[in-house]
Amino acid sequence: MPDGRAEHFPGPIHQPPLAANVDAIQPGVHAEHAGHPKLQHHFDDMEQQVEASTLGMWVFLVTEIMFFGGLFMAYLVYRWANPTGFQEASNHLNVTWGAVNTAVLICSSLTMALAVRAAQTSAPARTQVGWIVATMVLGAAFLGVKVIEYADKFAHHLVPGPNFVWEGHYPAAAEIFYSLYFCMTGLHALHMIIGLGIMAVIAIMAWRGQFDSHYYTPVEVSGLYWHFVDIVWIFLFPLLYLIGYHYH
Amino acid sequence: MSGHVAPKSLYYLIFLALMIGTGLTVLVARFDLGPLNNIVMLSVACVKALLVILFFMHVRWSSRLTWVVAGSGFFWLLILFSITMADYMSRGWVPGTLR
Repeated sequence: MPDGRAEHFPGPIHQPPLAANVDAIQPGVHAEHAGHPKLQHHFDDMEQQVEASTLGMWVFLVTEIMFFGGLFMAYLVYRWANPTGFQEASNHLNVTWGAVNTAVLICSSLTMALAVRAAQTSAPARTQVGWIVATMVLGAAFLGVKVIEYADKFAHHLVPGPNFVWEGHYPAAAEIFYSLYFCMTGLHALHMIIGLGIMAVIAIMAWRGQFDSHYYTPVEVSGLYWHFVDIVWIFLFPLLYLIGYHYH
Repeated sequence: MSGHVAPKSLYYLIFLALMIGTGLTVLVARFDLGPLNNIVMLSVACVKALLVILFFMHVRWSSRLTWVVAGSGFFWLLILFSITMADYMSRGWVPGTLR
């Protein structure tokens, strides 16, 4: 047998396994695994399936690390070239809003971890949905604060371009700093918006009772994404908001 | 199924540690400690990231392969930073080589 399916048949084969007969054979293959309805036929068991999904997500997150890594690299080079200019520019960011947003994101990571745990422990659908919605509310609050901050930057001519105005000693360095600020926080905010979309889908799936202790891979994998976005902010907050704080 | 279920108390403990770390970063940033400012803020950020990765992202209970893949991302990032900065920082060390 070219595809090796014959080994699942204990008795003699009555029909040649033509392509048209594959559907007829499939149930037997599944019975062999005695699997969960969510088990895809190319995995041996649920454990291998969740392992493959988690690993695949981590490979994606590694590409994300390199994606943001390029921006952190640019930050490092320009800050190394303009250390004082960057501190002066950083001073115009609102540390209170930045700290509030850090706390909001850490809270959302906690509710996300509890959402995954609720699915892991076969908690009722409303409990699972509750934690996911709490995560979404906190994510939206983060973006709301970001809107306030961005609006403030536009109002004070701190957006790089022809209308950029800097009263301090290092206008060129400040413009580079604010370019990096908008690129890094903008890319991060985009990830938050995508994360909210993912969580909306997960919330609907949870509401339909699709997750329990046997199958919760989508919640787990989306959680990995959400926590990753939180980690990016954990580095963005001190590097952007706090480097000139002691001059206050 | 597999999938280690961590106790809720552990998650609350990690949450508390992350909040304290944030407070510590803001507090230390208020004082001018010279180069120590950067060292403290980045050390705290790395510890916070590690806590999130190990516990919230379940890597603590994941397979060795997941450890290697997750670690590889940060390892390549380190290569990116170190080789690029080795270039920028060493420019002009040999007289007459800068431009």
